[in-house]
Amino acid sequence: MIVASNLTKRYPGGYEAVRDVSFEISAGQMVLVSGHSGAGKTTLVKLIASIERPTSGSLVVNGQNLSALRRSAIPYVRRHFGMIFQDQKLLFDRSALDNVLLPLQIAGLSRRDAIRRAQAALDKVGLLAREKANPIALSGGEQQRLAIARAVVNRPTVLLADEPTANLDSDSAGDILELFADFHRVGVTVVVATHDQSWIERCHPNVLRLDHGRLL
Amino acid sequence: MSAWLTQHSAALAAAFRRLLAAPMSTLLSLLVIGIALTLPAFGYVLLDNLRELGSRASGVKQISVFLELGASRKEVAEIESRLRQASGLTWRFVPREEALKRLQQTEEMAEIVASLPRNPLPDAFIVEPADTEPAALEAISKELAGWPKVAHVQLDSAWVKRFDAFLRLGRLALAMLAGLFAAGLVAVTFNTIRLQVMARAAEIEVARMIGATDAFIRRPFYYFGALQGALGGLLAAGIVLGGLHLLAGPVGELAALYGAAFALKAPTAIGAAVLAAGGALLGWLGAQLSVSLSLRKFD
Ligand SMILES: Nc1ncnc2c1ncn2[C@@H]1O[C@H](COP(=O)(O)OP(=O)(O)OP(=O)(O)O)[C@@H](O)[C@H]1O
Ligand SMILES: [Mg+2]
Repeated sequence: MIVASNLTKRYPGGYEAVRDVSFEISAGQMVLVSGHSGAGKTTLVKLIASIERPTSGSLVVNGQNLSALRRSAIPYVRRHFGMIFQDQKLLFDRSALDNVLLPLQIAGLSRRDAIRRAQAALDKVGLLAREKANPIALSGGEQQRLAIARAVVNRPTVLLADEPTANLDSDSAGDILELFADFHRVGVTVVVATHDQSWIERCHPNVLRLDHGRLL
Repeated sequence: MSAWLTQHSAALAAAFRRLLAAPMSTLLSLLVIGIALTLPAFGYVLLDNLRELGSRASGVKQISVFLELGASRKEVAEIESRLRQASGLTWRFVPREEALKRLQQTEEMAEIVASLPRNPLPDAFIVEPADTEPAALEAISKELAGWPKVAHVQLDSAWVKRFDAFLRLGRLALAMLAGLFAAGLVAVTFNTIRLQVMARAAEIEVARMIGATDAFIRRPFYYFGALQGALGGLLAAGIVLGGLHLLAGPVGELAALYGAAFALKAPTAIGAAVLAAGGALLGWLGAQLSVSLSLRKFD
């Protein structure tokens, strides 16, 4: 379902963050991406979400070749993915609920349906009681769960997470892990970039190890 | 279709919220836009009233045709038949006796007239062409002057021409003023929107990365610009109406001094709608330019 062949990403300036990477992730799989800092994990995840465009090589998701997309088609492709950013990118000028509403507004849902679905997503991550809170008033773990709610609210077929347990204590990290396991269980393809050694051991052998942009 | 409607009404609602979210800056922008639209609108109303006044002023549309003193009845009849054949004219014959009688009725003239040995006044025709454009009046009076037994043709054309030239100059000045202020309105909107885009950089960045189209991101800004322009236009209409209301008293008194009844014509609801639509269009244009430029850095 996600097939990368000789995928390369060179940033403006010339640095090759991902070099000649090939792999296959089948539908419903849970795959981790690991590697040292600067190895290219974020870049790889962003390539899959078509937030970054490959410099060369091909990336096919659900039979669609993302490297050959027209510019105008990109937004619609991005909506297939639920993306949890390394820096979360929560919006602090609005409530938790409004943060989760954003993908639904983009999809053009009516306000009533959107609110119902956003609340269901907040409930799923255990934040329904905090729907009116500003994200700034949430703890680190709660913010991470809010980011997850926003990523899954549009029922994506692929969930992409960039270091979702960084900076969390082991209890909070465990909660997050459980959430991903839940989504995996219901058939969502999950790709997680992480440093978390215990998680990496648990997922063995479904781990893509990056080193200076190359797959080991 | 319903998704389309949802997205547009959501964008409009968002634009309203953004206007209300910063009432002070909204108020200031509206004032600037309102005043920028008021000046040309007021100028337009003023010119419109002047034109009305000019076309109503008596004598301007008339040509007096004085015949030679010795013109006979037959020769007068000849002129009458020629006038009858000409199209687009109304006319009235003023026999020299009637002219004299009228003169006698004027107090200061009565004595002088009585002392005259004989009637010094000629027969005359008062001609009113349907076409009152200065050029047309000029052409007709030239033709009339060439007819037999016509001694003199009088047309107050110098005044008409001067007034017309003045109106034309006024219109040109108004057009330049309107263009200038329209550019000002676009610039004000441009800047407001630029600041908004900067303030919403985080939202725009996330929205893009999770699948927002260009249209989704731009739409609320367009609506904001158009809405702000439209409200500014309505404000301008209000200011013009208020100004005319204040002027109505003095203008009425002035007109009364000249023995004329003249009231300023106020702009109609259509005028206000045109102002609002013009404001909306310019606001939309400013937003369009601003968003196109500001969003480049998100690519
Ligand atoms: N936008 C960019 N422009 C230029 N170089 C970039 C850009 N983004 C990342 N890089 C470079 O690409 C390399 C890989 O970056 P990336 O963020 O993918 O690493 P990472 O594995 O996610 O690291 P970390 O674990 O620290 O998050 C780094 O050397 C980084 O400096
Ligand atoms: Mg990273």
